[in-house]
Amino acid sequence: MNRRVKWYTKPLLFIALVLGALFSGFPILWMFLNSFKPNSEIFAWPPTWISANASWAPYQSVFQDPEKVRFFLNSYLVSTIVVVVTLVISILAAYAFSRFNFRGKTFINTLIIAIQAVPPITLLIPYMALVVAMKMYNTYAALVLTYLLFTLPYAILMMTGYMNTLPRDLDEAVMIDGGSRFRALWGVLVPTAIPGIVAVGMFTFMRAWNEYLFALTLTRTNDMRTVPVGISLLMGQHAYQWNQMLAMSVIGSLPVLLLFLFFQKYFIAGMTAGSVKA
Amino acid sequence: MKNVTAQSERGKNPRLRAIFKHSTPYLYLAPTLILMIVLLAVPIFMVIKYSFYDNVIINKNPVLVGLENYKTILSDVRFHKAVKNTLYFVGVSVVGHLIIGMSFSLLLNNRVFGPKTKGIFRVIYALPWMFTGAVIAILWQMMLNPNGVINYLLSVTGISSTKIAWLSDRSYALGAVTFMNIWAGYPFFMVSILAGLQGISEDLYEAASIDGANVFQQFFHVTIPQLKPILISLLTLDFVWTIFQFDLIWITTGGGPVYATETLSTYIYKQGFSRFQYSLASATAGLVLLACTIIAIFYARQQKEGV
Repeated sequence: MNRRVKWYTKPLLFIALVLGALFSGFPILWMFLNSFKPNSEIFAWPPTWISANASWAPYQSVFQDPEKVRFFLNSYLVSTIVVVVTLVISILAAYAFSRFNFRGKTFINTLIIAIQAVPPITLLIPYMALVVAMKMYNTYAALVLTYLLFTLPYAILMMTGYMNTLPRDLDEAVMIDGGSRFRALWGVLVPTAIPGIVAVGMFTFMRAWNEYLFALTLTRTNDMRTVPVGISLLMGQHAYQWNQMLAMSVIGSLPVLLLFLFFQKYFIAGMTAGSVKA
Repeated sequence: MKNVTAQSERGKNPRLRAIFKHSTPYLYLAPTLILMIVLLAVPIFMVIKYSFYDNVIINKNPVLVGLENYKTILSDVRFHKAVKNTLYFVGVSVVGHLIIGMSFSLLLNNRVFGPKTKGIFRVIYALPWMFTGAVIAILWQMMLNPNGVINYLLSVTGISSTKIAWLSDRSYALGAVTFMNIWAGYPFFMVSILAGLQGISEDLYEAASIDGANVFQQFFHVTIPQLKPILISLLTLDFVWTIFQFDLIWITTGGGPVYATETLSTYIYKQGFSRFQYSLASATAGLVLLACTIIAIFYARQQKEGV
């Protein structure tokens, strides 16, 4: 590196970095701070930055309300099932794509890439009709099934990309030794592909956890609602227990936030491999 | 056990064996293909069919009306408004995502600070991406409230002393939801561009600086051309995703006030699920699918070239 750094570069750059951090971080910090305030202080003018009356009360009232706790249980359940189903199906598909040549391979692969450009709302009306016809309206099954539309294409592409990086000898050796394909895939290839699987699983969880449109339309009763829909309903219902809505938002954001913090590397590597090829 | 019998059967007959061998990849793909038929082919067929009938689902014996629904939609003033708003929303959002994503990734790609400092800032910059639409909607509804902290900051800094109702004033609402969407979506650009920047060989910059190129020339003649494939992918994907941004707009303004933030997604949703005009909603969806198919073909082709 022979480019010299001028004396003013470092402080200027630091100021720019901090301004950027305010842009992205301040709204989140503000949400966090306000979630501890009594409702009357949230729109105080001038704002109280750190309230003297801060308490856990808004959080307690969320946890003591069985209806709100149910939103969380629903979200965990639906997202977990979606992750498991997506992983199994995408591992099978990725195995076919990365280890076989067959007629229609390019076509199917192109189709899977293209599905990502299909807007979910255009399919909402037929989904509604299908779900009602299959007696799945207002059930977890309806959500799991429809979520696969947008979790699978991404998962298959990422998983195929990952499996392509694993040497063929790895699973072929098993078959040469007389092992079955089943053992080659589940006994050898899958355990080696764990980092890729973790990345795909996290993405899938995040997308399922955050989904709003299908959850809003394909469920009807509050005991089937997921966190995003639950939060948005709170806004209409008791207009304006702001602190409780914020507390619920903070709790509802934690799973994805923690996943991101712990698996940051996978996250970034995974998303770059899946959607955008360098 | 099953496997063993299958194998011995395959061993007997070479033709049967060949069929087994050829069908293996399709067996692995079977769940995917079945789901694609159920979740994609059938619904697309249904939505197109609906769009040629008069009120489906509600009406037990719908009548074929040809292109009547399309005519109704195309002459609807609200549809025109929705298209205009969507174009503004998408255009400004995508450009905003690109500019902020690019600036932040360039800031993070500096050589002045150590990996730890940069790591912390990277996490902070990626934060908006971690929140679901409903949470972002609530968060910004609070910030943009007439008595909210944004108006307070504007008045303290002397930029504006009126308490603007950002989301319920017709002249500000569309700009406000677009801003929210920019804030929510730039990290996707930032993370991808950052990965791309780190893949650019240092030699290219060395060569450029030996040729006497300044920082800006290096940016336009080295960085941009090197990032081109990533940028095209990002712009296409973002374009499609932003057309269908639903949560943010629906929760904050519901398309209002007086259609000021009506976009194609809120328009379709209201037609279908507030007015129960499923055929009209299907016709709108049909038009949008057509547009997206064109983009999808372009995208898939571009992705294959990249492989």
